[in-house]
Amino acid sequence: MELTVKVQKQFGTFFLDADFAIQGDQVGVFGPSGSGKSTLVSLIAGLRHPDRGFISLDGETLFDSDRGLHMPPEHRRIGMVFQRAHLFPHLSVRSNLLYGYKRCDPRYRKITLDTLVSVMQIGHLLDRGVRHLSGGEKQRVAIGRAVLSNPRLLLMDEPLSAVDDSLKFQIISYLKNTCEIFKIPYLFISHALLEMRIMTNRVLNVEEGRVTRQVTGEDLARERMKDAAGYMNLLRLTAPRRINNLYTYRWEDQELFISSGSPMDETIFEVSSTDIILFKRHPEAISARNLLKGTVVDIFETGTRMGVELKCGDGRLIAEIVKEAVDELELSKGVEIYAAIKAVAFRRLG
Amino acid sequence: MPSFTPSDYSAILLSVRVAVVATLLSLPFGFIVAYLMTYRRFRGRVALDVIVNLPLTLPPVVVGYLLLLLLGRHGFVGKMILQPLGINLIFTWKAAVVATAVVGFPLMVRSIRIGMETIDVRLIQASRTLGAGWFDTIMTVIVPLSVRGLIAGSVLMFARGLGEFGATIIVAGNIPGVTQTIPLAIYEYVSSPGGDVMALSLCVVSVTISVLVLLFHEWLGRRMVRSD
Repeated sequence: MELTVKVQKQFGTFFLDADFAIQGDQVGVFGPSGSGKSTLVSLIAGLRHPDRGFISLDGETLFDSDRGLHMPPEHRRIGMVFQRAHLFPHLSVRSNLLYGYKRCDPRYRKITLDTLVSVMQIGHLLDRGVRHLSGGEKQRVAIGRAVLSNPRLLLMDEPLSAVDDSLKFQIISYLKNTCEIFKIPYLFISHALLEMRIMTNRVLNVEEGRVTRQVTGEDLARERMKDAAGYMNLLRLTAPRRINNLYTYRWEDQELFISSGSPMDETIFEVSSTDIILFKRHPEAISARNLLKGTVVDIFETGTRMGVELKCGDGRLIAEIVKEAVDELELSKGVEIYAAIKAVAFRRLG
Repeated sequence: MPSFTPSDYSAILLSVRVAVVATLLSLPFGFIVAYLMTYRRFRGRVALDVIVNLPLTLPPVVVGYLLLLLLGRHGFVGKMILQPLGINLIFTWKAAVVATAVVGFPLMVRSIRIGMETIDVRLIQASRTLGAGWFDTIMTVIVPLSVRGLIAGSVLMFARGLGEFGATIIVAGNIPGVTQTIPLAIYEYVSSPGGDVMALSLCVVSVTISVLVLLFHEWLGRRMVRSD
């Protein structure tokens, strides 16, 4: 996906002035509430007119004020998932799903109802009315409806903000997997850093109506460490096994012990940088269930503390320790150390 | 129960016919005006709002008189459009339809608008991003979700139409068997000596029709709630 935007839009006292070009398939739009993210998205979708400017997607001009060109939203092939599901209440789940599909030019119909239903596992919902679905089911159907319209770009405007925390991360992996399987590029809008880090690999940072810079979720997370907010390591763990009161998971080429596991094949866990204890030498016996051998690849300041990035096998972790500890452990790039993490320090997302 | 004369029966039928025709004719226009008022921002929106609602505040007699001036032989519409087409409206049952439609129109538009305003604008945006053009969106999203408003508006207008008197008597007259509706017939009975019993009988008919219509509306409303 290649998106070029150079638009201005006045909204009462709010002024949006966006100017950027971005390539990538999993792009985030990040910024606080009221920064203009949603406005930007509605301009790209064609639901609102910019005052002036230019928008093009994959080489096709969608809007150009100089040429008086404004492609209506129904011709843009840009799907949208909103904060709430916004399913058509007078239609069944099946008719909701097929609403966009029926209106899609047959030559673009690559995803069919059958494949979508099997990938998203919503076959049992098809003949229900939408009023009888749970919140999570509604949002799944809304995602399916947008995907089935076979868009060339999917815009997701804070699609998780109206969903319970427990469901949020289930839907996140759902969203990501679905878009990856069907190869649909997306623009993911959120003010939650964690969601950005999981969903995107490129982020447009929006502040006060301007796209200030392009970064990665990782960059933003490290910057936040300066505000003493700590850093969350996100670990994608697989192959759970239950052993007594604990679970073991595979993390890259390592094995981890975790107390709050689940039988799901793949789960994302977070562990805070401050919950990782570093040892210079192998401590023979400790209570923490996970002891990983790693190499220091980076040491950086985070305001009052120091961040230490470790390479443990194929995985990476960031620990946060005080400056004195760095000196005592004689840490520098390339040094081998041990990291201990308690089994209870991992928080399951989803 | 006194026996009705043929002209009484024709008054009852005519009342129902005028109210039904006026309602059906107004429905598409009512929908369009409600749509414009709810979703479109345009110059003259306030003026349209005032014109549509004017019959609600004006005495029906005034509305009737203005219609007479407009549609009569020397009126603008009468002279420029109706006469060349060979149509004579005034003092026919069609004039009663026009009068009923004009007087009931604001009630209909109001009901449809109330229904339309409850439609989440995001649903309309969703349908657009799913590939539906604006007309497609109107037909597949706005109309089905306005059904309650459309029904409520129709019932209200029908009920108002049954009782229409002031505007009708001016543009359609009070000709038994031709333009005489129930209210006009009641008026005639009441103003002639010894007509009280007949007037009361027609009142009973009027009340019966109204009650049936309101029950029908209630039943339809309940049915829709259940199917939700």
